[in-house]
Amino acid sequence: MSALLELVDVDTFYGEIHILQKVSLEVGPGELVCLLGGNASGKSTTLKTCLGIVRPAEGRVVFDGEDVTHAPTSHRIARGMAIVPENRRVFAPMTVLENLELGAYLRDGDLTEDFERVFDLFPRLYERRDQLAGTLSGGEQQMLAMGRALMSRPRMLLMDEPSMGLAPVLVEQSFQIISDVHAQGVGILVVEQNANMALQIADRGYVLQTGRIVLSGPASELAEDEDLKRAYLGR
Amino acid sequence: MEFFLQQLVNGLTLGGVYALIALGYSMVYGILKLLNFAHGDVYMVGAFAGYAVLVAFGGPTDPRIPVVVLIFAMFLAGMAASGILGVVIERFAYRPLRNAPRIAPLISAVGVSFFLQNAALLVAGARFRSYGTAKMVDPSTGLQWGPLRISIIRIVVILSAVALMVVLHLLVKRTKLGKAMRATAYDREAAAMMGIDVDRVIVATFLIGSVLAGAAGVMVGLVFSRVFHFMGFIAGLKGFTAAVIGGIGSIPGAMMGGLLIGLAEAFSAGYISSTFQNLIVFGLLIAFLLIRPRGIFGVPEPVKV
Repeated sequence: MSALLELVDVDTFYGEIHILQKVSLEVGPGELVCLLGGNASGKSTTLKTCLGIVRPAEGRVVFDGEDVTHAPTSHRIARGMAIVPENRRVFAPMTVLENLELGAYLRDGDLTEDFERVFDLFPRLYERRDQLAGTLSGGEQQMLAMGRALMSRPRMLLMDEPSMGLAPVLVEQSFQIISDVHAQGVGILVVEQNANMALQIADRGYVLQTGRIVLSGPASELAEDEDLKRAYLGR
Repeated sequence: MEFFLQQLVNGLTLGGVYALIALGYSMVYGILKLLNFAHGDVYMVGAFAGYAVLVAFGGPTDPRIPVVVLIFAMFLAGMAASGILGVVIERFAYRPLRNAPRIAPLISAVGVSFFLQNAALLVAGARFRSYGTAKMVDPSTGLQWGPLRISIIRIVVILSAVALMVVLHLLVKRTKLGKAMRATAYDREAAAMMGIDVDRVIVATFLIGSVLAGAAGVMVGLVFSRVFHFMGFIAGLKGFTAAVIGGIGSIPGAMMGGLLIGLAEAFSAGYISSTFQNLIVFGLLIAFLLIRPRGIFGVPEPVKV
């Protein structure tokens, strides 16, 4: 199986600070891969590098067989990437509908079907479609961020801490939705602090520590890894 | 009563002009958090471009084309010249400083302002130019409503200011570009994550803001018939004041603020003394900064968790 998204020996800097060091990872079509790691391990930077918000100093980003290392973010999104950013980052002063429209910014044509798909998945958003995004609860904003990403009909969904700041019942719901989206054949790279939950739904996983991949493998194996258990799984 | 209404018309005219200038200030601030102090001089260049077209077509006394067409052409020229200038300024004075500390583009803006004022002084000289509107359009034509008379040129100015603001409102609310502008203003990185080309949105913002300033320049030329290299300084300050009073970054705020400043200026000139008009206007700014610093429509800076 050739990878849909691949990072090859990526080095990324913020100014003088070396964030990612020789990071290589891949996500196959329709595969659900989780990226684990503690604070400041470089997880978000990895996702931003995939999307082109951050440019690597060395290494390559390959998407669907095309080297997109120097391609702008808009090109990558047009080719089928989308992101659910950390802290949701919904456009608070705009309505739910407008937020969703922005998710489909690079797509022309009729969005009716996509609205229906998103509202099927999140009936709550339909009820609040004309409300300003800033007035939604945290859980609803998470739904909106997810729905917004789905509006571009992505083949590869990048998710940054989808469970952060959510009540436990919503965390569970949020992982259920990730599984649902995955079941529709979308490739997903999800960054999580909640390693337990992430490993339950993922096919494979990588562990990032201070900018290096220190461990990788099938999710079931990682869930049994002694070091990982001690460090992140809390058991 | 007649005097009051006359001042009201004056205030609305001025208010329309200040609102158009304030919009450019506010939109650019909304997206870049930059106070574009060259904005007043962009307006001045628009007024000169209108004047250049007027002269090219034979001047006010003996125009070679119908007056209506001429005025329309002057508006087009002023808006085009200012629009292009705004885009060029963004490209060469601000974009290279996009990731610099916020004070750097501010200094650059002041530099551009001096540059434009002195360039205009060099090209056009120091004397006042007059559109000579009274020779173009008979000042006695217009609406007569009891003792109140509104000249046709003021009607044109007020209506075109309103029309431009309606168009802007629809553009920002309804179009894809407008939505991209609002998204970028709220969260630039998140906008980029949607595939929005942030640089293009910024250019579009400068273009739109500058086009509005150019229109304001021609309007002032038509109504007050005085165009000179330094006219952008005080008008720019008043546009800025209007933007702050309305709530900087807010488009309806800029419109409201402009109107308020225009009315305050007209009424203080009419009822107190024109010597004090600027005192009153900037006193209003200070009052707002003390009592309600975020302005009429301003929202407090969003707290990002």
